[in-house]
Amino acid sequence: MFEQKTARQLLQGNEAIAHGALAAGCRLFAGYPITPASEISELLSVLLPGVDGTFIQMEDEIASIGAIIGASLAGVKSLTATSGPGFSLMMENLGFACVAEVPIVIVNVMRGGPSTGLPTSPSQGDVQMARWGTHGDHPVVVLAVSSVMDCFSITVTAFNIAEKYRVPVIILSDEVVAHTRECVSLPAQEDIKVIDRIKPSVPPEWYKPYAGDNRGVPSMVAFGDGYRHHVTGLIHDEKGYPTQNSREVDAFVRRLTRKITLGFHEIMMTQGYLLEDAEVAVIAYGSVSRSAKSAVEDARDHGVKAGLLQLITLFPFPRSQVVPLLKGCRAILVPEMNLGQISREVQRVNQTACRVVKYNRVDGQFITPSEIYEELIKM
Amino acid sequence: MVISAQELRHRYLRYDKSFPHVWCPGCGNGIVMGGLLRAISRLGLEKDEVVLASGIGCSGRMPTYLDFNTLHTTHGRALTFATGVKLAKPSLNVIAIMGDGDATAIGGNHLIHAARRNLNLTAIIINNSIYGMTGGQYSPTTPFGSISATSTYGHIEHAFSIAELVVTAGASFAARATVYHGELMSRLIEQAILKRGFAVVEVISNCHVQYGRKNKLGNAVDMLNGFKDNCVTVNRAAKMTAEELEGKTTIGVLTDREMPISTVEYQKVRERAKKEQE
Ligand SMILES: Cc1ncc(C[n+]2csc(CCOP(=O)(O)OP(=O)(O)O)c2C)c(N)n1
Ligand code: SF4
Repeated sequence: MFEQKTARQLLQGNEAIAHGALAAGCRLFAGYPITPASEISELLSVLLPGVDGTFIQMEDEIASIGAIIGASLAGVKSLTATSGPGFSLMMENLGFACVAEVPIVIVNVMRGGPSTGLPTSPSQGDVQMARWGTHGDHPVVVLAVSSVMDCFSITVTAFNIAEKYRVPVIILSDEVVAHTRECVSLPAQEDIKVIDRIKPSVPPEWYKPYAGDNRGVPSMVAFGDGYRHHVTGLIHDEKGYPTQNSREVDAFVRRLTRKITLGFHEIMMTQGYLLEDAEVAVIAYGSVSRSAKSAVEDARDHGVKAGLLQLITLFPFPRSQVVPLLKGCRAILVPEMNLGQISREVQRVNQTACRVVKYNRVDGQFITPSEIYEELIKM
Repeated sequence: MVISAQELRHRYLRYDKSFPHVWCPGCGNGIVMGGLLRAISRLGLEKDEVVLASGIGCSGRMPTYLDFNTLHTTHGRALTFATGVKLAKPSLNVIAIMGDGDATAIGGNHLIHAARRNLNLTAIIINNSIYGMTGGQYSPTTPFGSISATSTYGHIEHAFSIAELVVTAGASFAARATVYHGELMSRLIEQAILKRGFAVVEVISNCHVQYGRKNKLGNAVDMLNGFKDNCVTVNRAAKMTAEELEGKTTIGVLTDREMPISTVEYQKVRERAKKEQE
């Protein structure tokens, strides 16, 4: 049985993701080295064998995601971690995991892009790619981490969502969160809620591996469990066999998205700060939300009624938490280390007269509290 | 004990899957499927313990029809998924089925690394010298001078010898047969499944529809006869000169050697980790 160390300890974000994965029951990691994500695989190469888990370094990121999909189909919760260039290589098999409904977790520690970009600089440039990078209409869940503690607990949540909804979950971290060290006390294993995929309650002859339950999610067996079935990236019927029957195809593609829609209430996570009476608000995520929080406090000290909505879930976009803010505030500031990948989502759901202001940096530099403060007091 | 074709069909084909299959009449893929099923039947493997993983191509459709744990992955990636399955559940017999393009073009890097890594996996590579499914474009095994949909003036690149390639990359077992040599092929697959380590069987097959037609090689039967005429066994080849072997295909076991298996080695890593973490 895996024991979580609960005493206060100094951890960096990447290490906390590794600990979170183990706490969630992850027992296989496959990856390929890349800055600034490598510490996740290095730590798991040390810890996984000690808990009868498996670490493997594959020949590239395409192979890494292939291996974790295979392992998950054989019943083992699995993780991979990478950064932009590797994340790009994973896109085809990410689509496979969406269509074959294989629970996996992918960490993308974002660095400056495009291409090889800025390997050691922070960025939030992969947000829309995480949502739409693989082809076709597909569901994915994208979560953003902002602190070392987040790295631990959101990794657990990511596995739980992946298992419960049979969907790939992407954790977006960034170079700042990944390498910042903070003092944390991790919860004891018995205090951590761990969700496992639901097994069928019917015998093998009746099992339909791709028939959704009332939540739109099919039950799941592991290879070797006696429920022989077919898994394919082709659009398939409820038994898993390829189909081109337009009624079946339509039902399948819609169910994939519907199962996530039906879970909105628990998948969409945000954290509000000083929002009750806010006249202006910041919407931020990842490391930038830390700067935003401190900027909001400064603004309050100077008499500006400011607040912060930190997005933990980026996709599905938490419209139900953002819309009331747009109704209640005079203006919204969206600071991002990209050219506006979430502000466009905010604008998309904005049906009011609220002004949405962008603040963007793509120079490899972190957005500081004072920059956000300066923008806030102008609003 | 010889199992009849009917028994084979009843035992291993999916009863709830609608047929016919997608293959052209006379395609070698069916012969390979029969050879694989006879090998599995002779070995007495439980259907629940077999995982068939394939890539994309005509050959990649094979697992769809068979009553095992089946996984039809993305183009070229069968071995990566198979690696994950095997690591997660080493007790399963994991067999990857790939086409020549699948295994040596888009999946070439995975193939050589799987050989080097030496997991206990079986790989069957159906080499029909062409991209069948997409309409007969040249593949890494299309012979020099051949005509394909993308080499209408004659192919100017040289072909991989798949079995030799994996020997060099470190596979524990590598063998070659053709779809004409059905019995040998099935026996080699059986040996490969039994082999502890990464084991590859390359099966030279006919795509008379795409490759055969463009190169005036006749129908499926003509192509099979061509394989018969052009093959020499490994033993005979050993006694032949390089000139005599020019253009010939050697069949049989190319290598069969004992090497450390990575799942076994990893178990030792686990023991070491536990001791150090105590
Ligand atoms: C990433 C990707 N690129 C291209 C294709 C298109 N494609 C499908 S099958 C195939 C070639 C199949 O040839 P081979 O592997 O030799 O198998 P065969 O059809 O001859 O059995 C290609 C290129 C694809 N499915 N995915
Ligand atoms: S195109 Fe060639 S490989 Fe594909 S089914 Fe037809 S004969 Fe077989």
